[in-house]
Amino acid sequence: MRGDAVISARGLTKRYGADSVVDRVDFEIHRGQCFGFLGPNGAGKTTTLRMILGHCPITEGTLTVFGQSVASQAKSIRQRVGVVAQTDNLDPDFTVAENLAVYGTFFGIEPAQLEKRIPELLDFADLRAKANVKPDALSGGMKRRLAFVRALINDPELIVLDEPTTGLDPQVRHLLWGRVRELTRRGKTILLTTHYLEEAERLCDELIIMDHGRILDRGSPRALTRRHVEAEVLEITDCGGLDESWVAQLSAQAGCRLERVGDTRYCYSNDARSMIPQVESHRQLTYLHRPSNLEDVFLRLTGRELRN
Amino acid sequence: MALDLRVPRLRSAAILVLKRNIKVWRKLIGPALLMNFGEPTFYLLGLGFGLGAYIGQMSDMPYLTFLASGIIASSAMNTASFEGMYSVFTRMDQQGTYDAMLAAPLDCDDIIAGEMLWCATKSLISGVAIVVVAGLLGAIGGWQLLWLIPVLFLVGLCFAGPAIVMSALSPSYDFFTYYFTLVITPMFILCGVFYPTDTLPQALQSFTQILPLTHAVALVRPLAAGGEPGGVVLHLAVLAAYALVGFYLAVVLVRRRLIR
Repeated sequence: MRGDAVISARGLTKRYGADSVVDRVDFEIHRGQCFGFLGPNGAGKTTTLRMILGHCPITEGTLTVFGQSVASQAKSIRQRVGVVAQTDNLDPDFTVAENLAVYGTFFGIEPAQLEKRIPELLDFADLRAKANVKPDALSGGMKRRLAFVRALINDPELIVLDEPTTGLDPQVRHLLWGRVRELTRRGKTILLTTHYLEEAERLCDELIIMDHGRILDRGSPRALTRRHVEAEVLEITDCGGLDESWVAQLSAQAGCRLERVGDTRYCYSNDARSMIPQVESHRQLTYLHRPSNLEDVFLRLTGRELRN
Repeated sequence: MALDLRVPRLRSAAILVLKRNIKVWRKLIGPALLMNFGEPTFYLLGLGFGLGAYIGQMSDMPYLTFLASGIIASSAMNTASFEGMYSVFTRMDQQGTYDAMLAAPLDCDDIIAGEMLWCATKSLISGVAIVVVAGLLGAIGGWQLLWLIPVLFLVGLCFAGPAIVMSALSPSYDFFTYYFTLVITPMFILCGVFYPTDTLPQALQSFTQILPLTHAVALVRPLAAGGEPGGVVLHLAVLAAYALVGFYLAVVLVRRRLIR
C-alpha cells in the first residue's frame, strides 16, 4: 500500500433495495496512474464512478478522494476533478469557446485566467478553428473533444473518463488516446471506464475487471493476460464442413485449451504455432494466429454469453 | 429509497447558474422581448379597449387599468411556470445541463436556487414589459410602480418552486399539460385577473384565497392603479410560503431524480 492514493475505496457497496450494484469493492488509485474499470454493461463501473463524484450516495463502506471523504466533501473534491461523461452534455446555446468559458465560471475561475486557458485547450483539442461555432455544427468526434477539454478547464488533478471513445472513428480515438497519455505524463491521474479492451490495453497502467458489482481481478494488462490465458491463440473459423472431432483431436495434440464462440474455435496455447500447417491444409478453414490479449482475459473472466 | 430531506443551503454558487441562464437569454433577446411586449399589447388593446368600452369602470378604475394590473400579475405567474417546467426540464432531462453542473462543484441546492432566481428574473422582465405597455397606453403611472419590482420578483419565486417540482416529477413534456390545465388556467380565470373575486359565489371565493395568484393580484393591482394595497403582510406571507415550500420540495425531488 502506497501513501499517495488519489482514490481509496474500502468495502464500497451500493444497493438499490436488495439489489447490490456494487458489492464490497476495494481499490486504490495512485497519483499519475491511468487506472481502468473494465466490465460488461451492468457490471457496476458507472455506479462506482458516480459514487466517486458524489452523485450516488454510498450504501456501505468508505470512499476517499484526495484523502477527503466523498460523503461529506464531494464539492471540494469536484473542484479538483475533471469529468467526461458517457453522453455529451454540452450547452447547445453556446459556442465552443463559450461552453468552456461558462463551465469555467462554475469552478470560480477568473475571466482573465479563462481568457488565457481557453485558447490552450482549444489547441489541445484541435478545435481552434471552431471556437465560434455551436456544438450542433460539430461532428461527433469534435463534440467529444470539446467535452474532453471542457473537463480540463479547472486544470484537474484527477480526470474521470466514462467510456470516452464509444462511437468515435479511429482517428479521433487515437487523438484522444494520445492526449490521455500526455496528461499522465504531466502527472495527472486518470480513471477510465471502457469496454474496448484495446483501449484499456493501450492506456491503462492498472485495471480492474468487474462483473455483477464485484472485482474479478486486477493488475496491469500484461500481468492479467499472463495470469489468465495462454500466450497465443489460434482462431479457426469454419467456412463449411468443419469436422468437430478433428479440431478437438488437433488441439489435444498441441495441448490447447479449446473454446467455441459462434462458428469460431479459439485454441489457447503457449505454442499454437505447431497447429498451423495442419489447419492450413484444410481449404474450408480460415485462421488467425495472434498473441493473446486482454479481450481473451475479459471473455474468460466474464463469460461469453450476451449481455443486455 | 430514502429521500435526502436536508434543508437546502443557499450559497453564492446559485448566482453562477443564474448568470449562465442570463447569458443564454441574451443570445435570444430579440424574440424573447418581442414576446414579452407583443402579447400584453394585444391583450390590452383588444380586451382593454374592446371589452372596456362596454364595461367602463371596474372596482373604481377604468377597465383597461383593472385588466393591465391583473395581466401584470398573471404574466409573472405564467412566465415563472413556463420557465420552471419546459426550460428546467430541458436542462435537467434533455440537455444534461445539470449533469454537467453536478460534475463541477455545484450541487442540487445551488442549481435549483439559481433556477428560481432566474424564473423570478424572467417574471420581473415580463411584468415590467406590461407595465411599460400599459404606461404608454395611459392605463397606469406613478412612482409607486417601483414597488412592483420586488413584488413581481417574489411572485416569480412563488410560482417557480411548484413548477420545478413538476419538472422533477415529470417523465416527459406532456406531463406539464396537467399542471397548466388543472392549476395555472383555473388561477388565471378565478383569481381576479379579469374581474374582482368578490362577485364569485362564497365557496369559490374562499377557495381562491388559498391560491397564490389571488394574493399576487391583491398586491399588484393597487400598486399599479396608484392606490395602497391592504393586508400586505398576509399577501406577502402567502407568496413567500409558496416560494419557500416550493423551493424545499423542488430541491428534495431534484436530488431524488439526479443523485441516486
